[in-house]
Amino acid sequence: MALDNKTDFKYIGTRPERPDGLDKVTGKARYGADAYAPGMLHGAVVRSPHAHARIVRIDASKALALDGVKAVVTRADFAQDLEGEDWNLLENTIAGEKVLYDGHAVAGVAATSALIAKDAAKLVDVEYEVLPHVTDVDAAMAEGAPVLRDGAADHSVPDGLHPNVVRYTEFGRGDVEAGFAAADLVIERSFKTEAVHQGYIEPHACLAQLGTDGKGELWCCTQGHWFVRRMCAALLGLEATQLRVTASEIGGGFGGKTTVFIDPIALALSRKSGKPVKLVMSRSEVLKASGPTASASMDVKMGMTKDGKLTAATGTFRMQGGAFPGAPMDMTTMLAFSCYELDNVHHEGFDVMTNRPKQAAYRAPGAPMGAFAVESVFDELCEGLGLDPIDARLKNAVKEGTRSSFGPKYKAVGLIETLEAAKAHPHYSAPLAENTGRGIASGYWMNWGGETSVSLAIGEDGTVQVGVGTPDIGGSRASMALMAAETIGIPYENVRVNVVDTAALGVNEPTHGSRATYASGLATIEAAREAIGKLCQRAADKWGIDVDAVEWKDGAAHPSGPNAGDFEPLSIAEIAGEMGSTGGPITGHHDASPTGFGGSFGTHIVDVHVDPETGRSTVTRYTVIQDAGKAIHPDYVEGQFQGGAAQGIGWALNEEYIYGEDGRLQNDVFLDYRIPVASDLPMIDTVIVEVPNPGHPYGVRGVGETGITPPLPAIACAVSHATGHRMTRLPMSPPRVLRAIQGKGVS
Amino acid sequence: MTRIPTRTHVTTTVNGDPVDFLADPRETLLDCLRDKLGLTGAKEGCGTGDCGACSVQLDGRLVCSCLVLGVEAEGREVKTIEGMAEGNDLHPLQAKFIEHAALQCGICTPGILVATEALLKKNPDPSEEEVRYWLAGNLCRCTGYDKIIRAVLATARDLREGV
Repeated sequence: MALDNKTDFKYIGTRPERPDGLDKVTGKARYGADAYAPGMLHGAVVRSPHAHARIVRIDASKALALDGVKAVVTRADFAQDLEGEDWNLLENTIAGEKVLYDGHAVAGVAATSALIAKDAAKLVDVEYEVLPHVTDVDAAMAEGAPVLRDGAADHSVPDGLHPNVVRYTEFGRGDVEAGFAAADLVIERSFKTEAVHQGYIEPHACLAQLGTDGKGELWCCTQGHWFVRRMCAALLGLEATQLRVTASEIGGGFGGKTTVFIDPIALALSRKSGKPVKLVMSRSEVLKASGPTASASMDVKMGMTKDGKLTAATGTFRMQGGAFPGAPMDMTTMLAFSCYELDNVHHEGFDVMTNRPKQAAYRAPGAPMGAFAVESVFDELCEGLGLDPIDARLKNAVKEGTRSSFGPKYKAVGLIETLEAAKAHPHYSAPLAENTGRGIASGYWMNWGGETSVSLAIGEDGTVQVGVGTPDIGGSRASMALMAAETIGIPYENVRVNVVDTAALGVNEPTHGSRATYASGLATIEAAREAIGKLCQRAADKWGIDVDAVEWKDGAAHPSGPNAGDFEPLSIAEIAGEMGSTGGPITGHHDASPTGFGGSFGTHIVDVHVDPETGRSTVTRYTVIQDAGKAIHPDYVEGQFQGGAAQGIGWALNEEYIYGEDGRLQNDVFLDYRIPVASDLPMIDTVIVEVPNPGHPYGVRGVGETGITPPLPAIACAVSHATGHRMTRLPMSPPRVLRAIQGKGVS
Repeated sequence: MTRIPTRTHVTTTVNGDPVDFLADPRETLLDCLRDKLGLTGAKEGCGTGDCGACSVQLDGRLVCSCLVLGVEAEGREVKTIEGMAEGNDLHPLQAKFIEHAALQCGICTPGILVATEALLKKNPDPSEEEVRYWLAGNLCRCTGYDKIIRAVLATARDLREGV
């Protein structure tokens, strides 16, 4: 869909109060765990204490004998004939022959209270035969590493690799050796990042009701309830449309709520007990057994001439995604060099299984790791050649028409604009305090369109309701209302946006891929335009003129052309007030899988102070500059920028999955898995750059994910400059930084 | 196996209203508020007192209700997010949080509002650093805290100036 050349926006770009604000500041908003049903049971999940073991026997007799226990489910209570990704999903949801990680679900219990359910879960007797395990990506690829599952590799994997390598990719162009030979400086480094968790504050929660007739109702916190419907229907052997899924308000997701963990277990418990079942994860269960991001081991080599032009780049990216295929090596390889014009480039990616939970998406999945490696090497090249890191990036930055490192040519993109804004920003030239370093990095996320369906209806008073299928995770109701108000020409307050259930619309992909404001927004605009066409028709009929002679502006039909001035304009309220007798309800609807999503580039500037005695790093100043195409509600665009930066700061400095020698997760509470708290962070300054996306009527680009791509390298470069040691491992926790300062390496 | 849980009759005051409920001695105040009294504004983000999403005031003191037992509420006064607005009049912090877009997903918002109200009672003129340290026990994963801190400082200023 083409870009309108509209620039005189009345509502878009303003900052009205969000429509769900009142409910969310008064405690009224209902999240996943806030639902109750008559006769409801509470569920609990029996989980493996082992990283890798064969299940010899499950004996639930003691649990079932406990008063109040109504059902126990095991793998036998789910679909039996699944293949491919459905099988992977089921195997992750509830173990079959083997448990594959610490926390892997083995059975589910439903009882009349949460306390009885927890007691009963402890009484389920599971006998295990413990097997050797592996949790590190490099160790899992090495000869002799324990094999998680033979035959899991697909056709892409070359002969001779360990069976834990389940997918492989290799692509590039040009002559990298000739490119390196033409460089004045070549830097090659190895990098490692640990797995981190999305860290949404709301644990997974659901309330399920499923009858033996195959009809079900599911309430859950999810980024995408149609995805939940499809997955649950497959895992339970249901027909998709017989299961109605309602998305609760969602307490954060960041990609981690685009799949299912407990919902199928709750449905199975409900089917077996004949009662509604509520199931809520504990924080420990969230950390152990939901979907953290991949960890990575990477080698990057880049060459540059003394005037700052890149000559060649190669990258090898080994990604660990838990006990199933799916580590995001495709995105890591695709996006690693996406900021730069490169004639000679080569990528290699490995998807490696380990005894960890199945990874899920996390904000720009796969991209931050690659950016960490590539931007760090870029920075070191600039340092070695005495070049300004922004000037050097400007020399290589992609722009409209550049062939990307992964193939296609870019449409209009805003990397150069973000770099120029960074250079002009006072932060970039501000003096630095002692023991403080400054880091610069750029990053990219290509965004997504996806299946989208939106319905809009005009109320009898001329107000408008919009039904969307993308859960509002950070203010998207406000964005949709702004776009509808702008298109129709009515006040923002006259639009109500509802996130509706799976029975109310066609399939909608989740709020993921930074797609909601782009895709649901585009469909909202188109649905509004369809309704406007019908409103104009009603006015034309009333006036007895051709509909082509009716113009819609400022929320009213106006006679135009030869009829201009012949009739008084008819407002939306006047037309709507009569619609029952002029042809019935007036609605608009739009279905699409839009492909005009425009990618978003960002450039971050960060100052980090490093305490030379303790190795503790403190972010003292942070500036995010990112291309939003067109900021519909700038407050929530800034919020995405700030949130992405904060998560990146956590990833860079604190957060990591720590597995012990026994293969068990050592830090499964927020005290030990420490996400940034208010006193860890400074204010996060933002600059919204607007290079309109040619694929959206108002120029929107998704903004949610790009913001987590530059922080890892930007912070690593800042710490490297503060300490004089190149940081190549995350997180840069105080002991690791101290070792670097003391010259004991960075591992 | 037969198991008859022993429950305790708890009489307490919540948001100014007298209430009572039967609590298993193992049940937290958070569970009692949510499951027995229908006050689901306080959220469980961790159950270990690390995230602050369950913040309430107990006899005027800020606590994590996941670390308080339901039976401990006997004879005390509990104030939750549901008691923050006076009828339909929002507390200035609530209004300012909406105005400043100080929430994205909103799950941490009730706890942060309850915690911040306690701060402003104690210290009507906090510095940015004081707000940050006071809220260090309230995790927010969406916002990076920037707009939250600004909303708190702006509310404190308005309250001091009698706006």
